[in-house]
Amino acid sequence: MVAPENGFPATVGTAEPVPGPASNPSVGPAEPGAIKIRNVGKTFATPDGETVRALADVSLDVGPGEFLTLIGPSGCGKSTLLRLIAGLERADSGTLELDGKLIESPDAGRGLVFQNPLLFPWLNIHNNVAFGLRARKVYGREKNLVAQYLELVGLGKFGRVYPHHLSGGMAQRASLARALINRPRVLLLDEPLGALDAFTRMSMQDEILRIRREKRITMVMVTHDVDEAVYLADRIVVMTPGPGRIERILTVPFGRPRARNTDDFLHLRGRILEILDFAGHVEGPAYQI
Amino acid sequence: MAELNPVSSLNPTDPISRLNPLDSSAAPLSPAQVSEGARTGEAGGAPAPAPAASPAPDGRGASETVRPAADAAAPNGTTRRPLLLRALGFLRGRKAILSLLLALFVETCWPATGRHPPVDREYLRLFLTLSLAFFLAWPLAVRRRPEAGGKRLAGDDFHAAAFLLLTIYNMATSKLTVIPAIFFPTPDRVLAVLVEDFGYLVVTCLGASARLLVAGFFSGALAGLITGIAIGFSKPAAYWLNPVIKILGPIPPTAWIPIVLVAFPTTWAGACFLIALSVWFPTSVMTSSGILNVQNAYFEVSSTLGARRVYQIFLVGIPAAMPLIFTGLFSGACASFLTLMTAEMVGVKNGIGWYINWQREMLSYANVYAGLIVVALTFYSLITLFFKVRDRVLVWQKGMIKW
Repeated sequence: MVAPENGFPATVGTAEPVPGPASNPSVGPAEPGAIKIRNVGKTFATPDGETVRALADVSLDVGPGEFLTLIGPSGCGKSTLLRLIAGLERADSGTLELDGKLIESPDAGRGLVFQNPLLFPWLNIHNNVAFGLRARKVYGREKNLVAQYLELVGLGKFGRVYPHHLSGGMAQRASLARALINRPRVLLLDEPLGALDAFTRMSMQDEILRIRREKRITMVMVTHDVDEAVYLADRIVVMTPGPGRIERILTVPFGRPRARNTDDFLHLRGRILEILDFAGHVEGPAYQI
Repeated sequence: MAELNPVSSLNPTDPISRLNPLDSSAAPLSPAQVSEGARTGEAGGAPAPAPAASPAPDGRGASETVRPAADAAAPNGTTRRPLLLRALGFLRGRKAILSLLLALFVETCWPATGRHPPVDREYLRLFLTLSLAFFLAWPLAVRRRPEAGGKRLAGDDFHAAAFLLLTIYNMATSKLTVIPAIFFPTPDRVLAVLVEDFGYLVVTCLGASARLLVAGFFSGALAGLITGIAIGFSKPAAYWLNPVIKILGPIPPTAWIPIVLVAFPTTWAGACFLIALSVWFPTSVMTSSGILNVQNAYFEVSSTLGARRVYQIFLVGIPAAMPLIFTGLFSGACASFLTLMTAEMVGVKNGIGWYINWQREMLSYANVYAGLIVVALTFYSLITLFFKVRDRVLVWQKGMIKW
């Protein structure tokens, strides 16, 4: 396991020693949804017969109710890691557990939201959201949940509409409701806001935080957006490619709600860019008069 | 103009019709749009008088603007046009009636050559009169029900041309007899067969054909769906069935006739098998292709939502493949019509195809034409019904795909 490293200068806030749940008092530590990843490796074969090591010996713990973001350049294995947690891929080596139970196949207990909303176009929004209930054969008992979750994501009036009538942001909300209606212990988000415009993205970030506060779900989010990671996460896992591994784990020392424009925020943002080697050419003081 | 643009006026929310400044039936015109229309008229050369360009600014609904728009269309920027052009403008939307009047005139006032056998009643004149009554009553019926305002009888030009063609044919046969009388009977005689032979033609022959078609089509469609789903979801099934489809599929069903006639206990069963075969091939190919083309991500999403394999097949794979399944069923339906007619003409001793062939051998061409008309109307109705079902099932595709 890679030890959570703060990597944060003392000038910025007070880093809490215990990451995750403790930094969010609204989420009790007894909530289920703890993920344990041990020495996981995954290799893919390319069509040319070569092999690519997507993940090498990755270990990670996600606390119950924690908001974790995975960030890194493409090819660093962050999406692969998410798909392994979802159960859509099997690891070549190592183990993944959710609340002490081995993850072997996809399951309604681990919801997944992709960048593309992937709403079923042949079902209206109500039936899209109800899909999980029907798949688990509980629709008869729990159909009142559909309206409740549509309301939760602000789509209360759109149940009868078909997906192609929705904007990107609304479709992604519906997709969230569809994943949440199964009341998963873990919600996995694979760049869910990547396809949205900047303003919709920011309001959706607040939406996700609100849903998390209401539903107390462990969330693991893959993102390319450093600002998004700093704004949302309790901890940020920085990954690097070739082979994909965890470079650093940063604890975000701010409470919520957060401001996007404080010096602390910008400092942490710069720190992540430095780790990823994307800070640009820095030489001497930035401003000279 | 609104008059010539039934599609856009049927759909007032269509952005194109809302943007079209000349489309007065889609929405009440704003002053800006009216002036836009007037400017367009001026660009045409003749100065447009002010009242002519504003048939709809009083904000009347689509149904009520039908007639005023038609009347206003002629004087719009054409005050100095010749009388003939103005008359043509006035007749916009009334061409079918004009064509019908011409047909009635020819039929009534032009004596026949007498080289065709006579019929008991004036069937053609009756038919034309009824048609005329229908075309005259339609606008009244529409005006009676304002909620159906946009639903005008589309295709005026087409109806007019059809009746004109009928008149020309009537002249070529009954009035002038310039084409052989035995092969080209008068419309009167064809109509006479349709009326007098209705019971035998429709109830007996068409009924027999319908039984065969329904049995063949549905068994073929079911077999095609099962084959396609098996290929789409099971690797072994794909391995064994794909070559079979590739080898057997392209053989025209009618090429099997020599074998089928001896291999099946009755010709009816053989014909049923042939029809099923002709439906099975396109349905299975399109179903499997539709399922194999479903984005894998849909299956992944459904599995993270707790869907098991069977559920994924029936609630993700098949619905997602529905558009292509319908394409396959449509090709299958067309092929089944062809196979039905061929089978009845060569083997089955019953049905409408057999009737046509039998009458041809008797040189009763009026009956042949009557049979063909029954076939055309039946298959047209079936295809229309098919599209209605498809639109109901694929309502989620509205505005995405057109065919």
